[in-house]
Amino acid sequence: MANYSTNEFKGGLKIMLDGEPCAILENEMVKPGKGQAFNRVKIRKLISGKVLEKTFKSGDSVEGADVMDTDLAYLYTDGEFWHFMNNETFEQIAADEKAVGENVKWLVENDVCTITLWNGSPIAVTPPNFVELEITETDPGLKGDTAGTGGKPATLITGAVVRVPLFVQIGEVIKVDTRTSEYQGRVK
Amino acid sequence: MAVIKEGIMSEQLWAPSGEIATLRQRAVILHKIRTFFAERDVMEVETPSLCAASVTDVHLATFSTEFVGPGNSAGLPLYLQTSPEFAMKRLLAAGSGAIYQIAKAFRNEESGKHHNPEFTMLEWYRPDFDEFALMAEINELMMHILDCQPCTSISYQQVFMDVLAIDPLSASLDELKSEAIKYGYGDIAEAETQRDTLLQLLFCMEIEPKIGQQAPCFVYHFPASQAALAKLNPEDTRVAGRFELYYKGMELANGFNELTDATEQAARFVQDNQLRVELGLNPVEMDRHFLDALAHGLPTCSGVALGVDRLVMLATGKGAIKEVMAFDIARA
Repeated sequence: MANYSTNEFKGGLKIMLDGEPCAILENEMVKPGKGQAFNRVKIRKLISGKVLEKTFKSGDSVEGADVMDTDLAYLYTDGEFWHFMNNETFEQIAADEKAVGENVKWLVENDVCTITLWNGSPIAVTPPNFVELEITETDPGLKGDTAGTGGKPATLITGAVVRVPLFVQIGEVIKVDTRTSEYQGRVK
Repeated sequence: MAVIKEGIMSEQLWAPSGEIATLRQRAVILHKIRTFFAERDVMEVETPSLCAASVTDVHLATFSTEFVGPGNSAGLPLYLQTSPEFAMKRLLAAGSGAIYQIAKAFRNEESGKHHNPEFTMLEWYRPDFDEFALMAEINELMMHILDCQPCTSISYQQVFMDVLAIDPLSASLDELKSEAIKYGYGDIAEAETQRDTLLQLLFCMEIEPKIGQQAPCFVYHFPASQAALAKLNPEDTRVAGRFELYYKGMELANGFNELTDATEQAARFVQDNQLRVELGLNPVEMDRHFLDALAHGLPTCSGVALGVDRLVMLATGKGAIKEVMAFDIARA
């Protein structure tokens, strides 16, 4: 993999740091009028998801990370792996529990997810921004209640728990924003 | 009149990076600066942007071009000035008296929230002023333009002691390394061989954000190893007559009690070039006209360079340098 000098740093660049692939989020140059320049960089570790700040001496190089994103449809899980397929080539990839992480609760069959591959192996699974899931458990609400009264928790078929308005009932399918876990509306 | 929203503007590269209202405030500030110096009988001058010689400073990268024309069919190499300092000192040596200039300066490899490779510099020189007399005049200009509290001042040594509890003049390379490691800069510190790089790292990252928040803050008596073009302090040669001004997390100005000794100046150029070679950079040919002017006689004087764009940022409350310029480098 190529090395990148600090002059090539920009948002989205993937680099290796402490043996872990990372994505650069922000890069800011800090330079005194007389003296050495530095780059203060905000980085997301792609496996742990941790965001941190790191300072480099300008002109230094770091190793690039062989990371790429690919869009694949979720098929099924066998309990140990979660299987995804490229809808054009029908090639399949299996992601383990570590790669799927907390996003397991947003996986809906046939939904196209972004799979992040590092050296060809999945390290992260990002669900679509919006998914539609059925409610399996929630307190029965009173008819006539409208949204905006604080709502109640509802458990979805995947195990995810979101707050929904009181009028939403078991068996209904709702649309949820996976980035914020927020209820968006009922699906007819 | 059409109003361009920030979101749309980022897409439309023909349009200015700064709002017209900000550019109007900028024009007012430039006018105030000119009036300030006219009232003090300091002469406005203009010197070339294109210079035959460049600077030896290890941390400055220049733009170069060439002149082709009568007498120079093979091309005369020229550099865009990184500051008008050498040319202005030649005027001082020729007897100009107090002078100022609002000039474009060009620095390659510098771009960011506080940097644009082409920027505007206010530089002025005061014969017979020492650095403290010049700092007093800068204070007046600051209060006039920014309507701020009077500037405070602290020595480089004291600010290190106060903020980091370390003496920058006596700490060894290893002591500076462990200090940098303590603050999380291990990757830079462990391989570092230059004391000054570690001092600059600690200063930029740990000290600068903590000073000059309420009022602009002068830091004076920089270490002799970072004297640049300043005289060493005759009472304590560990430090130089160099100062900087910081306000709200920004470096605003750099000034010197100017080195007037041609031999010493040439020796510093040689030293810079040795360091350039050590660091794998090309040595830079010294500016002969500048050295000849010093040999002819530069009057005892102090001078300062102040970033006009950053001054406008502070006056208008803008967070990025491009917001106070008509067109930043992305729109050049």
